[in-house]
Amino acid sequence: MKRLGKHAIFYAALLGSWSLLAALKIWPPYLLPTPKGVMEALYAGFQDHSFWIAIAVSMRRVLIGYGISVVAGTVLGLGVASNKFLEETMGGLLVSLQSLPSICWWPLALLWFGLNQNAILFVVIMGSLLSVTMAMEDGRKQMPKIYAMAGRNLGARGFRLFWYVLLPASLPFIVSGLKQGWAFAWRSLITAEMLYMSLGLGQVLMMGRELNDMSQVIAVMILIIAIGYVVDGLVFKTIERRLQHQWGLTPAT
Amino acid sequence: MTPNVVPQPSFLDHRSPARSGATRPKPIPLPVRQHDVNGTPKVWLKDISLSYKVDNGARLLALDNINLKVKPGEFLCIVGPSGCGKSTLLHLIAGLHQPTSGSVLVDDHKVDAPGTDRILIFQELGLFPWLKVGENVEFGMKMKGTSRAEREEKIQYYLRLVHLSQFKDSYTHQLSGGMRQRVALARALATEPDVLLMDEPFAALDAQTRDLLHDELERIWAETGRTIIFVTHNVREAVRLGDRVAVLTFRPGRLKREYSVDLPRPRHLEDVTVAKSAREILDDLREEISKSLEEQYGLEAAR
Repeated sequence: MKRLGKHAIFYAALLGSWSLLAALKIWPPYLLPTPKGVMEALYAGFQDHSFWIAIAVSMRRVLIGYGISVVAGTVLGLGVASNKFLEETMGGLLVSLQSLPSICWWPLALLWFGLNQNAILFVVIMGSLLSVTMAMEDGRKQMPKIYAMAGRNLGARGFRLFWYVLLPASLPFIVSGLKQGWAFAWRSLITAEMLYMSLGLGQVLMMGRELNDMSQVIAVMILIIAIGYVVDGLVFKTIERRLQHQWGLTPAT
Repeated sequence: MTPNVVPQPSFLDHRSPARSGATRPKPIPLPVRQHDVNGTPKVWLKDISLSYKVDNGARLLALDNINLKVKPGEFLCIVGPSGCGKSTLLHLIAGLHQPTSGSVLVDDHKVDAPGTDRILIFQELGLFPWLKVGENVEFGMKMKGTSRAEREEKIQYYLRLVHLSQFKDSYTHQLSGGMRQRVALARALATEPDVLLMDEPFAALDAQTRDLLHDELERIWAETGRTIIFVTHNVREAVRLGDRVAVLTFRPGRLKREYSVDLPRPRHLEDVTVAKSAREILDDLREEISKSLEEQYGLEAAR
């Protein structure tokens, strides 16, 4: 309740000063839209279904891209963690590749996949794959060895050892990496969508720019933030709470 | 009186319910134990040696030519100073590692991988924190491919055996040390191994809890007819529990001597007879313990 109060005060102040600045008309509305204008843009966007379509298209893309990243990153990360040669060679490459913004892959993606959805997916995957891989590698190394031994001792081997023991045992150590991977995937997607007529949220935002409609730009920005926040709160917070309940500890964050 | 009547080992009751005709297994206490004296040993450690590379490239001999036979249904305790390789020995029997030379035979078959006929209870237990108590107990059975209905029944049975029935849906972090210990015991027993390997399972417990678990372990052993190989550094605990106590030397681990413990059961840690036997073994072990201490403090001084 107290927290809610603080939030209410903070956002009321933020909205208030924004309204005040806009009302002073120092800048024209196409530079600084009013809160009311943004609200109207949001309403209109949902009203004519363009926002719904954009959200559906973007979510579908990010889920496919992130899904591929999680599967591939799990395999890669476990491979790197369990093989000395890979760890010493590829481990370093992964760290250095992480400093590369995923949108740098865009020109190559265009050449390889053409100007279509696959190029966007590729950028999304390159954005989140590294985080997931490194999280997996780390989790596999941090996971106490006793669980793998106990699992083998109780008759688990091969895929069952991985699925029933190694994966759940490393989950507390990888959940923050998975979360980071999600954030990177989402950002990469929006960036890529802004570069290409693509129906997604990124394109709707660029359309606002081209029409000089800053209310729409800010409305879409709010949508992008809100979706990222909701996914974090619904999916990752739930996983973290569940882990806390099971393990009786605060998972590594 | 018919002298030829051999008491039916009670473990048959829950291993094959068809034989006893009961659908619900009921443990029957069996104080008199019949060991198969002429048959093959349950576990046979045959000329086991183990060496491994240490950091400076030299090879360290951890276990040196160990020969040991364990009879079916026997409770064997292995004592030795820390660093004598007694835990390693259990890992070898469990099939988690391979000896450098020699072989481990279980029922005359060479051990080359972990198997659910031998379950090791680790010193640090290794309970799975992401599973509830009941699911932990279920794990080995699930890996073995036991049917769901049978698993459910056996979870009940073994949780009852260790007095944890009401904690089936708890997570392991919610239990005390002694309770966790019993979950590990139930988890190991539920896969119905012939051989139970225990690695200093009670070392971290307080004295009262340990006493209680000694009694329970002895009871469960009598009720289930398992072969138990129990590693400890506590000689009195070994005498309290074991039919036989094997003493290992300090680095490299060799079999120094074996003692038969013929004291009547149930025993107690504070029994004079237990203390006396322990004293005898401890005198034998003392030399090895001082060697181990010298090495430890020697290393510390050199640092």
